[in-house]
Amino acid sequence: MATEELVKVKNLRKHFDVSNGLFRKKSIVKAVDGLDFTVYKGETLGIVGESGCGKSTTGRLLMQLLDKTEGTIEFDGEDMSAWSKKELNKRRKDFQMIFQDPYASLNPRMIVEEIIEEPMVAAGMDKQERKERVTKLLDDVGIPDDYRKRYPHEFSGGQRQRIGIARALALKPKFIVADEPVAALDVSIQAQIINLLVDLQEEYGFTYLFIAHDLSVVQYISDRVGVMYLGKMVEMSESDELYENPLHPYTQALLSSVPVPDVHHNTDRVLLEGEIPSPDNPPSGCPFHPRCPIAKEHCKETMPEFRERNKGHYVACHEV
Amino acid sequence: MADNILEVRDLKTHFHTNDGVVKAVDGVDLHVEKGEILAIVGESGCGKSVTSQSIMRLIGAKSSEKVSGEILYHGEDLLSKTEKEMRQIRGKDMSMVFQDPMTSLNPAYKVGTQIAEMPIIHEKKDKKSSWKRAIDMLTKVGIPSPEKRASQYPHQFSGGMRQRGVVAMSLACDPDLIIADEPTTALDVTIQAQVLDLLRKLRDDTGTAIMMITHDLGVVAELCDRVAVMYAGKIVEEGTVADIFDNPQHPYTQGLIHSLPKPGSRERLKPIEGQPPNLHNLPEGCRFQDRCPFVMDVCREKQPELVPADKQDHQAACWLMGEEENDGDGRTGESEEPEKTF
Repeated sequence: MATEELVKVKNLRKHFDVSNGLFRKKSIVKAVDGLDFTVYKGETLGIVGESGCGKSTTGRLLMQLLDKTEGTIEFDGEDMSAWSKKELNKRRKDFQMIFQDPYASLNPRMIVEEIIEEPMVAAGMDKQERKERVTKLLDDVGIPDDYRKRYPHEFSGGQRQRIGIARALALKPKFIVADEPVAALDVSIQAQIINLLVDLQEEYGFTYLFIAHDLSVVQYISDRVGVMYLGKMVEMSESDELYENPLHPYTQALLSSVPVPDVHHNTDRVLLEGEIPSPDNPPSGCPFHPRCPIAKEHCKETMPEFRERNKGHYVACHEV
Repeated sequence: MADNILEVRDLKTHFHTNDGVVKAVDGVDLHVEKGEILAIVGESGCGKSVTSQSIMRLIGAKSSEKVSGEILYHGEDLLSKTEKEMRQIRGKDMSMVFQDPMTSLNPAYKVGTQIAEMPIIHEKKDKKSSWKRAIDMLTKVGIPSPEKRASQYPHQFSGGMRQRGVVAMSLACDPDLIIADEPTTALDVTIQAQVLDLLRKLRDDTGTAIMMITHDLGVVAELCDRVAVMYAGKIVEEGTVADIFDNPQHPYTQGLIHSLPKPGSRERLKPIEGQPPNLHNLPEGCRFQDRCPFVMDVCREKQPELVPADKQDHQAACWLMGEEENDGDGRTGESEEPEKTF
């Protein structure tokens, strides 16, 4: 596996101030609360977790679509926050995003050609070069070339997602954050898009951060997987290791909750009690302790360290 | 069969729009047996939700909506009932759980009041005993401190609890059929596991039959007894869960199962190529023809009907069924059933 670092995240935090109204008490949502991880060149790092765990916020922070509250993000060895606005815009070609909703992420008033071309215009490519690149990209993502003058509403969900992918690839980025890229698609179309994402990575050699809630899709596409819970990374390891040998009780419960499309599958289900606590009032100590089947007294007081348990297998739990 | 709670025969729901007729459901036959969980599975636009809403008669009131066929509930045709009669059946005998719990609860009323409304309306019970029933129901669906929760409003509930509340409401009058339309799709996976567990327990305890509309094959395999697979307004295959997952007969069902990633395998996924047909403009013959790897000439001419595949109660609507020899695609288990309906 590649060991060259592409993105290095240290103690990353994003707190949203959600106190609204004149007399409301101050309320802060700690969407991302102290992440440390590295994305290596050429790999696919999957991030899983349930709603509100901070996985999308993490993706947006890495894309510089949100300003961090604390911590550092290094891209290719450089601190991103040190870049000026102008510098940042110049560097954006290196990192791009694929969004979840293929209906909301394409401008309905632009034709396909314009949508894919837009980042190239911003990067100052000349017209001839742009036309050729659009032709190549449409071919890459499997959209017939004579559809380039059509509007997004003329396409199905799967085709729109292909257009969104073509746009993300327009400037040959090094790093792509794909935030739930197949969640809105039907099963049979989902497989088409996953195959496409895998093929494109082989051709272009870029690095993915693949954010999703569907655990089987993440296992399939990722080299390594990180599990988030309430703004914190609770476990991270190589994909197969994580699925076969989950160490954190939350990962164990999460994996066992997934309904398996196999009638002979017998799950020893770990049913979690209760719901995910609200991130504006997270529990003390380990955020998982109120639902944890093996929680002890000290879990309520101190946050466990995110440490390497086996080689390349990190976990944040006092009890493993 | 006497044990069928619901029997649907040749159900057609057509929408007349400015762009022509949309045949959302086009000749569906199905039945629900007492105490069973039947899954209706299919992708967006296949007509699974329209089927369930047609059964509940939530569709069909407008002149642009044409529902035909027979919907026999304990032998009585619901399509011939008046709206007033339907209102007595809905919620009491058959109830429905929708995907989004926030839109099926009224934000302006306490959850307990909304549940208590059921016995008040259907069983003419007084407020006090109905309120008690509401608390019992909330207890039954596993909501902690139900007395307190009954007096709260939906916004004070989390997503999973709201869905439990909706399930509690659907159970309040002890119906013998619950139609659940994607009840866990909006929920997180750990919460989904709780709700699925709850539905299974309720069926085991009360014997209520459940018709489960879903797109998630995992949910089907875990929870259901029988499965009907829908594609473009028609049922293409029907059988027990074991039949469908171990020995799928229709190329669409096979395609669906194969397009899922297998745990631990990095084998390239096998998607179903192409897109579902436009319901405005359906092809002549089988609706799956353009995406089918085994398409034959007959598929482009005549529509296949459901016929027994490898056994009597495992049916598929495909011209490959009942053929003595298959075109060498290596599948086994062809039936020798003589009774073809075509």
